[in-house]
Amino acid sequence: MLNVGTTNKILRFGEWHAQTLVASLGRLTRAPFGTALTVGIIGIALALPMSLEVFSMNARSAAGSWQTALDLSVYLKMGLSEKEVSASYASIAKQPGIATAQLIMPADALKEFRRWSGLGIAIDELKENPLPATVVVRPQPTHDGQAASVSINLLAHNLEAIPNVEHVRFDTGWVQRFTAILDSIRRAAWVLGALLSLGVLLVIGNTIRVDVEGRRNEIEVLKLVGGSNSFVRRPFLYAGIWYGLGGGLVALTLVHALVLALKGPLGRVAAAYGSKFELLGPNLGLSLALLASSVLLGWLGAWIFTNHQLRSIEPGQTQI
Amino acid sequence: MISFNGITKRYPSGREALSDLSLEIAAGEMVFLTGHSGAGKSTALKLIGRIELPTRGQLIVNGQSVGGLRNAMIPAYRRRIGMVFQDHKLLHDRSIWDNVALPLIISGTPRRELDKRVRAALDQVGLLGREGSFPVELSSGEQQRVGIARAVVSKPPILIADEPTGNLDPDLALEVMLLFKRFNEVGVTVVIASHDVHLIDQLGYRRISLTGGRLATSTQSQVHA
Ligand SMILES: Nc1ncnc2c1ncn2[C@@H]1O[C@H](COP(=O)(O)OP(=O)(O)O)[C@@H](O)[C@H]1O
Ligand SMILES: [Mg+2]
Repeated sequence: MLNVGTTNKILRFGEWHAQTLVASLGRLTRAPFGTALTVGIIGIALALPMSLEVFSMNARSAAGSWQTALDLSVYLKMGLSEKEVSASYASIAKQPGIATAQLIMPADALKEFRRWSGLGIAIDELKENPLPATVVVRPQPTHDGQAASVSINLLAHNLEAIPNVEHVRFDTGWVQRFTAILDSIRRAAWVLGALLSLGVLLVIGNTIRVDVEGRRNEIEVLKLVGGSNSFVRRPFLYAGIWYGLGGGLVALTLVHALVLALKGPLGRVAAAYGSKFELLGPNLGLSLALLASSVLLGWLGAWIFTNHQLRSIEPGQTQI
Repeated sequence: MISFNGITKRYPSGREALSDLSLEIAAGEMVFLTGHSGAGKSTALKLIGRIELPTRGQLIVNGQSVGGLRNAMIPAYRRRIGMVFQDHKLLHDRSIWDNVALPLIISGTPRRELDKRVRAALDQVGLLGREGSFPVELSSGEQQRVGIARAVVSKPPILIADEPTGNLDPDLALEVMLLFKRFNEVGVTVVIASHDVHLIDQLGYRRISLTGGRLATSTQSQVHA
């Protein structure tokens, strides 16, 4: 239960915080070059891991749309009767984890082969159709390459156990390789993100440390008239928050600009391969996460670097 | 109100600025600390403002032992002491209003009361209407009065001033001293360090004279009508 006095105190507190927040922004805009420099450095530092994350995000969704490449070819035994073929086909199609199953009868397979191979006359010479009936199985799509490759192996194993199935052919090797590459990129993004966050912390901390040094006299005066450490520190923490927010916005702008610049060319490449792949920028969640973490970094950098420094600035050091 | 009990202050340089000094300043009193340069006047005031700590002895201000203050209590302690400095110590990038409002803001005074109190303080020092000016636009005497307004705006029970008239010509100096007199008349305990013996004699308050960090003479307090 809040009594009126407490509520007033809280309101007053909020009011002064808001005013200090605005005042510290005003101070930053009075030194636009230095502020722009700091914000720019932070922006670039944060844009780098962010771009990597956006890139791997897109690559993952692209991998999802390339499920065709995960099709399994199930070859049935030679010389099966049509009834046997349909029975096998039926049990194949019943397997869990299958999106579609398409039966290709030997005659159709041969026609197809004739068309693709360019060996028309040689094939016409054949007395017997050397091709078995085939079922092309498309697994249900998943967006996790690693899991996909595991479940496809399992599916292939199950399919091979069906009577009259001769052999199942599939290639998950590329999925594994691709997934591994994506994982390394993501990991690199995180490591880079952690390192560059540390860099951002140092940049903001140092900028504010220099700022504090330049305002030594002011800080002493504030302490002389009874300002507590937290009162004296507040504008510097807010400066850190503004630097973080500014840097985060610059980073977002850079990433969006990069996505915009690459969207056209990449889309055309994808279209040439018959893919509807479209390069996407960071979504709202990722954008907000970036802003939140850069604001937090700004505040933290300011806090860490000014904590000791502000304590050590005491009016005793100068003549009164 | 303020009592020095065998106070010795030795600076890290080894220089002993105050030696075994004992003196009492009663609540509501107005006293002058005098003495030649280097006698220890500023040091005595710095001890009262908890800007320096005594090396030995006990200093009691407002009923509190100053040496025993925890760091976290220093800001609250200082808010009960108005300090005026020879070099004014104003913030030059802020307006007069902002400078005077500072102690109020620090102590969390409600926003709607600020303007009234800032203007009242400026009125007392004769600078009403200069709220929007900046320190550089004011003369030295006016800046000193802004410093005084800032020191009294939150109505502290104690006011200390170190050479407040040091940079002023005699007329302005007298004016500033009369200002302190007025605050004393409303009950504020005032301690002023000054070597301007002429001016002090003119005002006739109690005089505590230091020499070499020791008490030389201390006149009786006089009653002023
Ligand atoms: N911060 C300091 N460090 C070392 N010595 C100091 C310091 N402040 C003052 N002193 C010395 O202490 C003595 C008293 O100084 P002070 O209190 O300023 O005297 P006053 O104000 O009467 O001129 C002087 O000798 C001065 O040099
Ligand atoms: Mg002095």
